[in-house]
Amino acid sequence: MHDLAAASISIAFHGVALAMVLYLVSVGLSITMGLMGFVNLAHGAFAAAGGYVALTLMNDLGVPFPLALAIAAISVGGASMLLERLLYSRLYGEHELSQVMFTIGLILVATGAAKGIWGPLSLPMHPPAYLQGDVDLWFRSFPTYRSFLIAAGVVLVTALWLGLERTRFGAQVRAAVDNRRMAQSVGINTSLLFTLTFALGSALAALGGAIGAEIWAIDTGYAQEHLVYFLIVVAVGGLGSIRGPFFASLLLGVSDTAFKYLLPEFGAFFIYALTLVLLLWRPQGLFGRAR
Amino acid sequence: MTAAAPAGARGRGAIGALTGRHRLKPLEALPWAAAIGAYFLFPDYLPLGAQVLVMVLFALSLDLILGYGGIITLGQAAFFGVGAYTAGLLGAHGWSEPITGLLVAGAVAGAVGVLTGLIVLRTEGLTLLMLTLMINVMLYEAANKASAVTGGSDGLQGIVISPVLGLFRFDIFGRTAYLYSLAVLFLAWILVRTIVHSPFGRSLTGIRENVARMHAIGSPVLLRRLTAYAIAAALSGIAGAVLTQSTQFVGLESLGVDRSGGVLIVLILGGFGRLYGAFVGAPLYMIAQDRLAALDPAYWPLAIGGLLIAVVMLARGGVLGLCGALLASLRGKGRR
Repeated sequence: MHDLAAASISIAFHGVALAMVLYLVSVGLSITMGLMGFVNLAHGAFAAAGGYVALTLMNDLGVPFPLALAIAAISVGGASMLLERLLYSRLYGEHELSQVMFTIGLILVATGAAKGIWGPLSLPMHPPAYLQGDVDLWFRSFPTYRSFLIAAGVVLVTALWLGLERTRFGAQVRAAVDNRRMAQSVGINTSLLFTLTFALGSALAALGGAIGAEIWAIDTGYAQEHLVYFLIVVAVGGLGSIRGPFFASLLLGVSDTAFKYLLPEFGAFFIYALTLVLLLWRPQGLFGRAR
Repeated sequence: MTAAAPAGARGRGAIGALTGRHRLKPLEALPWAAAIGAYFLFPDYLPLGAQVLVMVLFALSLDLILGYGGIITLGQAAFFGVGAYTAGLLGAHGWSEPITGLLVAGAVAGAVGVLTGLIVLRTEGLTLLMLTLMINVMLYEAANKASAVTGGSDGLQGIVISPVLGLFRFDIFGRTAYLYSLAVLFLAWILVRTIVHSPFGRSLTGIRENVARMHAIGSPVLLRRLTAYAIAAALSGIAGAVLTQSTQFVGLESLGVDRSGGVLIVLILGGFGRLYGAFVGAPLYMIAQDRLAALDPAYWPLAIGGLLIAVVMLARGGVLGLCGALLASLRGKGRR
């Protein structure tokens, strides 16, 4: 009985830590898809880019961890803004097939560039000394870095939700998701809004990729390997939603950890089957509205 | 149909173009001449050539549902893999006759197509994309874990394939593999060509262009789509089976999502919905892969990704679309 309780706590703890990474990376994807109806399969490449930038700064140049994270988020966000203006924006409103093929092309280019610059091996993640070891709570100890992941996730999620609920920018984003034409009619510059939201989503993904590098190693296959998980979060959470992907991330993070712990030989199979059933039951996702 | 009584020569020309569109044009012999020519010109590259032909067949099956049916799938390799493993399991358990093995593989893949199509085709957009992807990764995981049956990540060992028609043994130079793949591709091409020009094929294109209208005129949309999906699945399965039989090996990569993406890229590069996009895209993709990967592993994804982005941004119709536009502008100039 004691073992069972300990195992459940472990699964919940590591599951929630994974969920935070999943959410940080995927929330931008959900907004992009909801706002612009753009099927952006290459979103994971921004997370990988964030991981590469942050880890290179830390490992090779000795930049402190928080500064490396900030530089990664800002540089990837800025670069994504450029990409959005130059390439993505040309395909808004185009056929899905064009968007899918363009973003597959982008994944390939990103993979090739990463191979050329950083080589085929994954980059090692060395958390700073103050985040290593274990932290003692009153009844048991937890790995410090994973605890940091959860805490950082909670802080960022709260900031994001407050920002979208309480600021003018957030209200504009919500208006544009609900009804883009109406938002345009009342004078919201939706094109600028798209660019900024896209950059914000990519910056969050970069942050998620960088702090999550301890769970999901940064290597050339990152964008492709984890694409299925990001898509699950978005599809199950519901397009354009901010909260939906959070609960979907929790569900996916915890159940993925649980299945790998309890039934390792069946691995991801159950996750995929569960997603299939969920999507058949509610094609618009758990928290999405029927269109 | 009231349009059957055209007034002038222009009307007759339009009708003629419509009724004559299924007639063979001399240009359509070109891929076959090239394939036979390549057999004699490049005897050292026949194993690669056979793989190119398999890819053409696979992309041709995708063209049926993507180019003509308008269904975007991220999981076509599911059927390729099912066919490949069916042929492999038959060969490993004593059923070594290749042609019946091919037919069984096609039937099994087609059946999987019907079952999954019943689920997938009720949805659209992102959900449809996700479901095709899910089915693909589920089958991959299943094949990976069921290593007692499939050999898991080591691949299926001990496949024995008898000589084709009792005469042509699969040799190490790839001669039989090449000609066998070519023959199967030729038959599949006749089938797909007949389908897309048939009333069924035309109604499929109608569904792609305007679903609401096809519903309104009473076309059984789901049944039409399901039929096309199943035929494409069966052909993909046959492509997988040809690869298994000619290499006498089948591994997990036959079910990989990479392959689903790869075949999409092939079709988009060549030009989709044109029947011949597969014939242009597959050699381009496979030969570029073979050459570039030998130079540097980073070059291949960079080159193919860049090319793909360029095609999407600048030339939606792929290589064939470019050729078509070029021909049209040449003709236009000649007339002026």
